[in-house]
Amino acid sequence: MATYQPPIRDQRFVIEELIGLDRLDGLAGVEPVTPELLGAVLEEAGRLAGEVWAPLNRAGDRQGCRLEDGRVRLPEGFADAYRAFVDGGWNGIGADPQRGGQGLPEVAATATQEMWHGANMALALAPMLSAGATELLAQHGDEPLRARYLERLVSGEWAGTMDLSEPQAGSDLGAVRMQAVPDEAGGCYRLYGEKIYITWGEHEAAENIVHLVLARTPDAPAGHKGLSLFLVPKYLAAADGSLGARNDLRCTGLEEKLGIHASPTCTLRYGDGEGAVGYLVGERHRGLYHMFTMMNESRHKVGVQGVGVAERAYQLARDFARQRVQGRRPGGGEDVPIIAHPDVRRMLMAMRAPTEAMRALALLTAAEMDTARHGADAEARERAQRRVDLLTPLVKAVATEQAVEAASLGIQVHGGVGYTEEAEAAQLLRDVRIAPIYEGTNGILGQDFTLRKVLKDGGETLAALLAEADETVAGLRGAAALSGLGDALAEAVAALRASTERLLVGGDDPLAALTAATPYLMQAGLVLGGWQMGRAALIAHEAVQAGRGDTDFYAAKLHTARFYMRHTLPRAHGYTPAVQGGSDELEAVTDTQW
Amino acid sequence: MKVLVAVKRVVDDNVRVRLKGDGSGVETAHAKKAMNPFDEPAVEAAVRLREAGVAEEVVAVSVGEPGCEEVLRTALAFGADRAQLIEAEGELEPLGVSKALAAVAEREAPGLILLGQQATDDDAAQTGPMLAARLGWGQATFACALEAGEGEVRVTREVDGGKRDVAVPLPAVVTADLALNEPRYVKLPSIMKAKKKPLERQALEALGVDAAPRLDLLEVSEPPARPPGVRVDSAEALAERLRNEAQVC
Repeated sequence: MATYQPPIRDQRFVIEELIGLDRLDGLAGVEPVTPELLGAVLEEAGRLAGEVWAPLNRAGDRQGCRLEDGRVRLPEGFADAYRAFVDGGWNGIGADPQRGGQGLPEVAATATQEMWHGANMALALAPMLSAGATELLAQHGDEPLRARYLERLVSGEWAGTMDLSEPQAGSDLGAVRMQAVPDEAGGCYRLYGEKIYITWGEHEAAENIVHLVLARTPDAPAGHKGLSLFLVPKYLAAADGSLGARNDLRCTGLEEKLGIHASPTCTLRYGDGEGAVGYLVGERHRGLYHMFTMMNESRHKVGVQGVGVAERAYQLARDFARQRVQGRRPGGGEDVPIIAHPDVRRMLMAMRAPTEAMRALALLTAAEMDTARHGADAEARERAQRRVDLLTPLVKAVATEQAVEAASLGIQVHGGVGYTEEAEAAQLLRDVRIAPIYEGTNGILGQDFTLRKVLKDGGETLAALLAEADETVAGLRGAAALSGLGDALAEAVAALRASTERLLVGGDDPLAALTAATPYLMQAGLVLGGWQMGRAALIAHEAVQAGRGDTDFYAAKLHTARFYMRHTLPRAHGYTPAVQGGSDELEAVTDTQW
Repeated sequence: MKVLVAVKRVVDDNVRVRLKGDGSGVETAHAKKAMNPFDEPAVEAAVRLREAGVAEEVVAVSVGEPGCEEVLRTALAFGADRAQLIEAEGELEPLGVSKALAAVAEREAPGLILLGQQATDDDAAQTGPMLAARLGWGQATFACALEAGEGEVRVTREVDGGKRDVAVPLPAVVTADLALNEPRYVKLPSIMKAKKKPLERQALEALGVDAAPRLDLLEVSEPPARPPGVRVDSAEALAERLRNEAQVC
């Protein structure tokens, strides 16, 4: 039996019914997508993910990566699996056809990305980081640089990385020390210094690796405003794209990590010799700014990663619960598979319902990205962009928090064997535990969401989404069988409105918003997830009533939505005291009391 | 040489099918569909012949509901050049399908027809042999290896107790075993290109074929549940039961 079955049915439900393919009509420069095309694309991506990527997941964890003489040895099969992905054209799925991409909408690309992460998170990080570097070069690189490097990055023949962190510069990148010295004769810069935590920083799965590096020019002011962005290739490329000399950088160490063992997390040393050749990308001293325009998108992908791993954890736990016979039901004589026990059923649904809610929100955000990039009129583009800005930190943080919880529940369903490495459940928790940390910790995203995306915006974008949630409430209350779901959603929306109001009014507590940020973000995530589950319930209910299509799927969707409203959504209310309470209590703790 | 490859749309392998309440068959209306797994190596073999320069054109054909377009697009994404959908509503039996394929073959005049040895829904394994008989061509069934030669194909067949090599003069019908090859993973750019490849639709009636069902299906039922195992006292008792009850040797 396959270890991972890509959730194509639910993805198609979200894209075709919850979002609607008609949303993509009239988007300029986007390949038209019919249900048949979407089905074919997802089926074929799913085949590669399920048959080639997923079976490598466990062995990759066991073998891990090794560093030998500056060369990184990947686990068996990983380089071939990466090449199969590149040969299949999957890396460029959403990229501009002018650059060799396939020009499919982000919403379709996102669905395939969920599969790569669900199948093999450690391997999926390679294209995920590449995508960030590719986007930065596409947006900010000059034409000669793009001509030399972009097309091969789009295809995935060359991989890309993001080199930000240094030992003293983690979440605060203003502390970056890496030096970039102009080399007038060479028409480039020479880079000197050390970068750490570089995901897929060195390997031989791709012919070349293109590093996007944050560094400081000699004239740069201190802090955030002095950083510039440089493209530093492992092998220098000639104008025709052929590979030239090895650049002056090397991998000096691999991190020993809790999880994602098959993803080499590298320490890279630049310029131990003549200096690593680098080319400025974008404007000098605007590096961090350029980086942030891309960061939002990669944060969205981390959220998608959370959805992917949570789905895998759910499938694994469900399959185990179906075959593990243990104990009896009250009044029953025979021993039963544990999936018959109420608490196991509860755990499985507690894994599945938030995952489906976040899948819907993540794909909805992707659809907004499509409108923001390609929409016909400026107003629609701007409105969509504001939604993307608001939803991205929410999807990243909430989907990854929920993924960690789902993976933990997955172990719980397995019982004792879940805590051993005999089952894959433990690996999934170890792997996904990084997701709330990287690409901006969830704490930082809480601040981003609360301060920048809600308060700075006067709460307008969120209010517009909640107005749509009101319509969903009205719809649910209009269908007798669903009115209870409508009531639950209405209460949760009211709680989120009250929280937002409280934060907007503010007060004399300067730290109130920072203290409230994470609980507020979680509350918003649960409520907006509930909005999507409410919408899904309306569609599913209608389909079941009409006997339309695969009624078993729609009936299951209704069960999941009901569970969400009863078990998951009420947690939103639990955050209210923390959001409204202010900072006094935490601030009152003195140093000796910690 | 032109190669015709026939593909069938069946309920996806991974779906656990359910019986209809009245025992008249299997619930298929909303079950997920896919290309018959035995047809995949047939398509793959056809495309490889073209890539090797042996075939000039690969034409995929399917007989059935409009939804069969899906599996034809898959064949096009594998690398077939164009496709023909013979639209027919309702139940189709191997005899009717073989008539329709023969009509297409007479028009297209391929040098070789490839198809799966059987389909995973009815497992009949009849369409290929019926088609060859109807056309009066040679046939090689259960192919696990195929090589095109001058005016013939050399085929290795999976037979009871081993393999048999045969050479069949062209034109011929070859039915594929799963062991024929390992079908490729379809590339995204190929899927995008497949959208634009020609797909011609035609009604079954227009071929002048009578495909009306000739078989009466009496009943479809679940296989009987496996009886629980029993523990026997000795090796002799085990041998005894194997011989008499399980009819082993």
